[in-house]
Amino acid sequence: MSVTEMFGYIQGFLDVDQEIREDIRKVVQTLEQTAREILTVLQSVHQPSGFKEIPSKCVRSRDLFCKVRAQIADLKTKFPSEQYYRFHEHWRFVLQRLVFLAAFVVYLETEALVTREDVAKILGIEVVREKGFHMDIEDYLAGVLIMASELSRLAVNSVTAGDYDRPLRISNFINELDSGFRLLNLKNDSLRKRYDGLKYDVKKIEEVVYDLSIRGLAKEAESVGSK
Amino acid sequence: MNKRQGEGCPKKYADTSRDVSVKSSSPVLAAFKVFQQELDTRHDKYERLVKLSRDVTIESKRSIFLLHRVTSVPNTEEILKEADLKLDGVRHKIGQIAEELMGEDIYQFHRAYTPGIQEYVEAVSFLHYIRHRRLISLEEINARLVFCSQGAADALSPGSQVLTFHVTPSDYLLGVADLTGELMRMCISSVGNGDIDTPFQLSQFLRQIHDGFSYIGNTGPYEVSKKLHTLRQSLAKVEDACYTLRVRGSEIPKHMLADVFSSRTTLIDPEEGVV
Repeated sequence: MSVTEMFGYIQGFLDVDQEIREDIRKVVQTLEQTAREILTVLQSVHQPSGFKEIPSKCVRSRDLFCKVRAQIADLKTKFPSEQYYRFHEHWRFVLQRLVFLAAFVVYLETEALVTREDVAKILGIEVVREKGFHMDIEDYLAGVLIMASELSRLAVNSVTAGDYDRPLRISNFINELDSGFRLLNLKNDSLRKRYDGLKYDVKKIEEVVYDLSIRGLAKEAESVGSK
Repeated sequence: MNKRQGEGCPKKYADTSRDVSVKSSSPVLAAFKVFQQELDTRHDKYERLVKLSRDVTIESKRSIFLLHRVTSVPNTEEILKEADLKLDGVRHKIGQIAEELMGEDIYQFHRAYTPGIQEYVEAVSFLHYIRHRRLISLEEINARLVFCSQGAADALSPGSQVLTFHVTPSDYLLGVADLTGELMRMCISSVGNGDIDTPFQLSQFLRQIHDGFSYIGNTGPYEVSKKLHTLRQSLAKVEDACYTLRVRGSEIPKHMLADVFSSRTTLIDPEEGVV
């Protein structure tokens, strides 16, 4: 094979690669659009009036997740399934957002941490790599960390809206999450950087809880609990 | 749920460590223990691959240094054999990489081992050029990266399992880009030894590679465009050398050529340092 032929041959590979990337980019754009729609729906829980409407907001965003599932199914057809990590960077960001949104919805519904299996089900993807398009564990954890900062915001706003119970429950939840993350041996990568932000969320929520307890506002909730 | 909230909160300020032990049976912590294991296994594998890749890099670099000696030695075949032997060792290491990657998505750990593979491509294509005076193809490289996994062969399966390692097109491309730097060095040193033919052959070969890279241009991976710049410099150096040989060669007696040329290269060298 001559040098020219060899380079032509390599060029063939690069062209195919480029085409796949274009296709993926298009689908990822629609996914990002849907993710923004869901976020808009969920953002209204921060409004004073939104607290009563949490169940209906959750239902609405669950509906939107149907659209996500369809779009991800479309994404799956754009590249060979065993080359997931080759193109991972293209959907990494949006997948983390979607994990966050799914985890947030599940938290608002049940006040529990969403399992990996449940997120995978909500997004219509697999948990383990062998079965096809899956959710990388680091993306799952990153999504959960995004939710933690959203919850610290929710704690502040729920006090403003007069809901003094919620910050206490959020505080419990976040503390549990924090001790969970402390079990992990993270490398010095983006996930680690994001994890470093968790302590500020914990601190913020503890401040809220402190403010409530010195003013006796947390008392009612507590006394109900200990009886 | 109310119950837990009542006892959990006030304690939080007192001591968190006890709080953790109290709740260590919680589903969240159980889940994170699984995550811990999963992440640790993944990081360990990555580290092992980085180590293997470094070994591959070092051994490949040594083979390249060895191959540079061919210009000053009468018997090239011996050196080529020795280099082949060294590269066999490198291939063994790559076999271990392939073993680590068995059943994995190879792109997940690609960043761990790509430097080693590029260096290997550089070494093996350099050897191939010295021997055959042409560019090794991607298939020829991949054809030599077929291994039998020894561990599984005698322990589990009766027939030995065949493992293959595929050099990706972009790794190949980057390795070939590095090769041009070695060819430039070979060109300069061969003139130093009074070899007049090799520089012309090399300049032609380098020009072909340069044309190939220009053809690919910026459609390739991002690193290619960076290497293209160095490639241009190497090519210019070799072309200058050929020019000098042609112009001065007819005037100066052959045994003095080396002196003329070495003064010329020292003229070029500081320029390279600036860029």
